[in-house]
Amino acid sequence: MKTPSLGSWFGRTEISAPTDIESAALRSDRFRLEREGDWRRLEGVVISMEKGGLRRIDDEDLLALPTLYRTAASSLSVARETSLDASTLSYLESLVQRAWFQVYGPRKGFFSWFREFIFGGWSRAVREIWLDVCIALFVMVAGAVVGWLLVAQSTDWFYRLVPVGLADTRVPGASREELLATLDVEQNTGGLSTFAAYLFSNNAGVCILAFALGFAFGVPSLMLLVHNMAMLGGMLWLFAEVGLLTEFAAWLSVHGTTELFGILLAGAAGLHIGRSMAFPGENTVLEAASISGRRSAVVMIGVVIMMIVAALLEAFPRQLVAGSQSRFLIGGMFLTFWLAYFFLYFPRRLDSEIAESEE
Amino acid sequence: MSSATAINKMDKRKRTLVTPEGIAILITIASRGSRIGALLLDFVILIVTIILFQMLISLVADGLFDEGFEIDGDNVSGATEFLAIMQIIMMFIFWYGYFLVQELGPRGATLGKRALGIRVAARAGGRLAPEAIIARNLLRDIELFYPMIFLFVTLIANIIGESAGGMIWAALIWFFVFALFPFFNKDVMRAGDVIAGTWVVEAPRTKLADALSTQGAAVQGSSEVTGARYQFGDKELAVYGEHELQTLERMLREAQTDALSAVHATICRKIGWDPGAGDERAFLEAFYAQLRAKLEDDMRFGKRKADKFS
Repeated sequence: MKTPSLGSWFGRTEISAPTDIESAALRSDRFRLEREGDWRRLEGVVISMEKGGLRRIDDEDLLALPTLYRTAASSLSVARETSLDASTLSYLESLVQRAWFQVYGPRKGFFSWFREFIFGGWSRAVREIWLDVCIALFVMVAGAVVGWLLVAQSTDWFYRLVPVGLADTRVPGASREELLATLDVEQNTGGLSTFAAYLFSNNAGVCILAFALGFAFGVPSLMLLVHNMAMLGGMLWLFAEVGLLTEFAAWLSVHGTTELFGILLAGAAGLHIGRSMAFPGENTVLEAASISGRRSAVVMIGVVIMMIVAALLEAFPRQLVAGSQSRFLIGGMFLTFWLAYFFLYFPRRLDSEIAESEE
Repeated sequence: MSSATAINKMDKRKRTLVTPEGIAILITIASRGSRIGALLLDFVILIVTIILFQMLISLVADGLFDEGFEIDGDNVSGATEFLAIMQIIMMFIFWYGYFLVQELGPRGATLGKRALGIRVAARAGGRLAPEAIIARNLLRDIELFYPMIFLFVTLIANIIGESAGGMIWAALIWFFVFALFPFFNKDVMRAGDVIAGTWVVEAPRTKLADALSTQGAAVQGSSEVTGARYQFGDKELAVYGEHELQTLERMLREAQTDALSAVHATICRKIGWDPGAGDERAFLEAFYAQLRAKLEDDMRFGKRKADKFS
């Protein structure tokens, strides 16, 4: 009838169920036969929506969707009270449920969601968890200080904090030249992009871990942050010992400002979930967990993007750009950019977003 | 008895969801078995896809470059390097994208979930937000893959002879805390569902069957085969309730002759008629239509009879 793709459906119905409503012996069956056409029309629209082809649906059908949905829903509540036809009842139950999922389904696809995310959603989510960002920042700084102090006290700690594979030639007692060599630029560019891809997948994994561990009331997230930063603190001490602190900081800052910021946000997102579950306030624990979980998920998608940027920076400019000044410049620029994007970028909310948050 | 317990189990999983328009929608929480089945199916699809993709890439690499496929080499050609990057990035995209993109779609289900007729839905009855889908999928790693890898590594270490100490217990605890999580809440939520505010429900797609009272003996009350007219009195119709009516409806739709004659004999015995043979279907159609008419009439006056015992 209306939708050509469903011709077979309607075709079959037209033959097998003539509109001879009076032929039905039961009142409940007459009720059903009178409304069957609308139900089937709704079913057709729902099927095409499930297939993702909004464009293939007639405008007329799409406009009728809310009415058809309400008709089917009211048919269902009448049928529940007047009909004992199990097959019609279960058909209506499933039809109304399916239609409801479509009427209240995700309104946007991934791409329009992503656009809103970049232009406002991300920075808003970061601002919403500012308290957790502050806590995570404090923990990270404390971790780095602790790492420094521990290694300064006894170099044994260095081996406990830094895995052997990562340390390489960067161990206590190494000469200034050896350490300086680790900060040098690569002579050729071969393999660097593979390195970047590897770094990304590795670092993003760590961040997702830091986020997901927030589930256990945020404690493991914080421990992960402390451990990572203690490692960094130990490394800082090592380079400071031979007077290379500025060079090391410059070398690290190229990608570190982005990467550490990303880890900070991931830890804060995890902590946010843990904190809201421990102190749910007026909501139930489940409600609090789901509200904070959704907010944190937005932050986490952003963290993955930051990890892509960090991996690219780590593989290319850090290995190719020499000189502390230019390294600091790149790192500083990115830090300024992130800070400005998160804390100075207040775009107006789109109307559709406001409508959605009010629902 | 088994059918009665099955019904109870179904009721336990039933929830009523009130939509913003105030319509009550009955939904059924997906069973744990179908959740596990869907997960396994998704894994198989995902892993087979990844392996096929890897094979394709190494085939291309082997075919195009004599040097083979080496990531760490210092003088790799640009094309090989490109392939290696593709491999790493694609792995990441497959791993997270497979669940994300499909659950964000209008069906709210991955291929595995669709095959088992279940889907993701928002717990509160509102709109399923993209953020919720993202949150529930980000947590899958920590619930499943990390503890599994951890467990696997410690097991290997144990077999080799390195003493892993308490690690194996830590791995086991980590694994079972999350794996058993869905068994300890009535909504079968895993940790990711709790965080995201979602649950997984059954998504039945029932076809509308033909109306029974428009055909055969249900209409005139007389058989087309023998011309006999079946008319039941109030006393005869009072022996059965809604449960029996719907069982009879199912039998009539499935229409197996020997099953029908058994039902025919039972009903005749119950109402004290003499069971004949050869005209079972017409008898049952007429009985069904009249029983339903009576029960539905009672229903309009607020009188319901659940089954033959009430």
